[in-house]
Amino acid sequence: MAKMHLKLTVNGTEHECLAEPRELLIHVLRERLNLTGPHIGCETSHCGACTVDIDGQSVKACTVLAAQAQGAAITTIEGIAGPGGMHSIQEMFREHHGLQCGFCTPGMITRAWRLLQENPSPTEEEVRFGMAGNLCRCTGYQNIVKAVLAAAAELNAAKEAAQ
Amino acid sequence: MNDMTPEREERIAKLKGLGCSRKRVEDARFTQGKGNYVDDLKLPGTLFGDFVRSPHAHARIRSINADAAKALPGVLAVLTAADLAPLNLHWMPTLAGDKQMVLADGKVLFQGQEVAFVVATDRYVAADAVELVEVDYEDLPVVVDPFEALKEGAPVLREDIAGQTEGAHGPRRHHNHIFTWEAGDHAATEAALAEAEVVAEEMIYYHRTHPCPLETCGCVASMDKVNGKLTVWGTFQAPHAVRTVASLISGIDEHNIRIISPDIGGGFGNKVGVYPGYICAIVASIVTGQPVKWVEDRMENLMATAFARDYWMKGRIAATRDGRITALDAHVTADHGAFDACADPTKFPAGFFHICTGSYDIPVAHCAVEGVYTNKAPGGVAYRCSFRVTEAAYFIERMIEVLALKLGMDAAELRAKNFIRKEQFPYPSALGWEYDSGDYHTAWEKALKAVDYAGLRREQAERLEAFRRGETRRLIGIGLTHFTEIVGAGPVKNCDILGLGMFDSCEIRIHPTGSAIARLGTISQGQGHATTFAQILASEIGLPADKITVEEGDTDTAPYGLGTYGSRSTPVAGAATAMAGRKIRAKAQMIAAWLLEVHEGDLEWDVDRFVVKGAPERFKTMAEIAFASYNQAIPGLEPGLEAVSYYDPPNMTYPFGAYICVMEIDVDTGEHEVRQVYALDDCGTRINPMVIEGQVHGGLTEAYAIAMAQEIAYDDLGNVKNSTLMDFFLPTAWETPHYTTDHTETPSRTR
Repeated sequence: MAKMHLKLTVNGTEHECLAEPRELLIHVLRERLNLTGPHIGCETSHCGACTVDIDGQSVKACTVLAAQAQGAAITTIEGIAGPGGMHSIQEMFREHHGLQCGFCTPGMITRAWRLLQENPSPTEEEVRFGMAGNLCRCTGYQNIVKAVLAAAAELNAAKEAAQ
Repeated sequence: MNDMTPEREERIAKLKGLGCSRKRVEDARFTQGKGNYVDDLKLPGTLFGDFVRSPHAHARIRSINADAAKALPGVLAVLTAADLAPLNLHWMPTLAGDKQMVLADGKVLFQGQEVAFVVATDRYVAADAVELVEVDYEDLPVVVDPFEALKEGAPVLREDIAGQTEGAHGPRRHHNHIFTWEAGDHAATEAALAEAEVVAEEMIYYHRTHPCPLETCGCVASMDKVNGKLTVWGTFQAPHAVRTVASLISGIDEHNIRIISPDIGGGFGNKVGVYPGYICAIVASIVTGQPVKWVEDRMENLMATAFARDYWMKGRIAATRDGRITALDAHVTADHGAFDACADPTKFPAGFFHICTGSYDIPVAHCAVEGVYTNKAPGGVAYRCSFRVTEAAYFIERMIEVLALKLGMDAAELRAKNFIRKEQFPYPSALGWEYDSGDYHTAWEKALKAVDYAGLRREQAERLEAFRRGETRRLIGIGLTHFTEIVGAGPVKNCDILGLGMFDSCEIRIHPTGSAIARLGTISQGQGHATTFAQILASEIGLPADKITVEEGDTDTAPYGLGTYGSRSTPVAGAATAMAGRKIRAKAQMIAAWLLEVHEGDLEWDVDRFVVKGAPERFKTMAEIAFASYNQAIPGLEPGLEAVSYYDPPNMTYPFGAYICVMEIDVDTGEHEVRQVYALDDCGTRINPMVIEGQVHGGLTEAYAIAMAQEIAYDDLGNVKNSTLMDFFLPTAWETPHYTTDHTETPSRTR
């Protein structure tokens, strides 16, 4: 099958690669760009293990063709931590035991990262609703919700301190 | 001298040992996308395998035509049973003493069964080739009901063993019958039931569901033809057992097989079994000389890998009019699907279902479990529990509720009246177990008080009155349970899988500068072993948990162990860790005595050091001792500080708990709201309370899912009705209830 020339900006770095028009974005990220943080847990957009951020929106990369992301700016879990170390959301997931097997975690954190930009001070209910597209089989979500709320508080406090 | 001085407390805190809610060492990797799961593995030249699966639940295969598939560029091979037969690999042994088709041999027995294995250079090409394989099926009558399967004229499902009257677990009375397994005293139980003042009966169906870990099953097999070594990375909950099985069925010497379980994205029992995908990937790698990756998709996972439950449990419980239980009988019809691939210890084809007398002092009991073949997927694993223990707990707790209704007695009071009293431990149960410890009344009273049980019952009664007056359509339900589990399989004298005793192991190496590596025969799938086993060791040897690496899952480096499933790792491998730690300490004591020029008996252990009795200023820390072990010539002692322990538990352990759930339900729409879930667990000594709470939250969410909607259901033609996450219910954060956890701590008396 003839391949397409893809240009993507992933975690701030420009990438070019060849891919079949039918290739899913998750496969291009994982297999062509070696970004194995986003995982594959289903093929029906339900589990959210493959969640990445495309041009400012949470997207499930298992049901998007790589071709649809042509020219897009993509953030994956590998791009969340800063040069100074782990992002607050990552720290709070560890602090509040918001993960067990870790398989859903990259998608979960990538989603939380976008959620807290959409709504920097969510209520517990808003976190539960805003994270409902990401499934976790281990934690029962209680500590994930706690982690996201704690990260929101920390990020807001840091913002206030900076002002 | 062991007073709690601030200095001593500080030394204890520094260790982050037992009882500390230590943050997990795994999390830095996982939160940054640096986990290493099997599908992340990328070896040069990797080929991809994919299955042609049966759309039929029961059909004869007239022919398979793979010509078009083989002609597709990028396809290297299409394997069928005919290709595997000369190697005698077209069938494989199951963990339950049965055998299972690796690839369909003449017929298919469940929807989703593996028929052919395509090997290609790319996963897309493999999927294309799967579509090109033509299989000509001839429909056969389908049986999805185990009661129908046992009828006289029922279709013969397993033609390969149709004439065999003896199975792996005793006589077979029908062509679709697998085994009948019994425990307890049948005659005495029948007599007690016949004489009883009150008998309550109930048929309870614990439906079929699926562990559905977020990561599906998969492997990468790599045969190195130059040195003759086979390496298989995969989603294996029991890597050493997989190595032994792989050696037995392939004929490759065991030292030439290396099994590696990398990070595993949840198991819950689903990754205990050996699946056709593993065998086919290995064969394909041997044939092609290249690494072969096989990773199933979600549909394949739900349709073909191990399910859980599917028990039809008929119960009879006898009692006096004032609520003293006098006898219990359980008869289970167990739907095992097309092959008996349960992952139970060999001697227990129904797992530990005979823990079904639960928390109660029941003088006589009997249980019988009949395994039956149907046209469904094989499996029958422990899903977030020990072997068939959830089934048993559900059975007895439901029987208690049914009895309470019949007696007109409060169900909480009925439980308390029949609990085994704490002075009765060790308690021999009527079905043959010896419960080591427990204090049920204390836990129960704490739970009832925490939820204001009396207040809840009043509110429930008031609501019912209001409903009768037509003022509301919402009723209140109060769910009670007091379960006793049996975990920590198990003593080698009665627990083995495929002849392998269910001990577990730990090997410790102390480094000169006072850090260590511990290797175990288990493998974490999210339980946090790297964190918690280091804590056990920290308390035993006095080196900080932060300086102890825990490594699991590589059969070339880890000591032999039976793996992680059925709630066994902490009681068995955790104990092995403590035992190995004590060996280290014993040698350390000899080294300290030599360094301090005193007799060993003049030393005592204090947190992280040996101290000369009566002279607290004279001591050697474990870190100092570690260094000395590598640089001093100590008469009569070998250099180094290492130990290995294989722990064969003398008994199981019997944790228990009291859970109470309050719900409101609209009687017209069924719409529900979980108002409160209170969960008190007594798991004995608590290693890491944070991790325990996390495990409980996860288990509760499974309970919620299974109670409300999660099911693998079949239609009459054997079509799986819940084969994607569209139809198979995994709760999201939105509907999952909030949990309140609590605990009591009754240490095990087993030593």
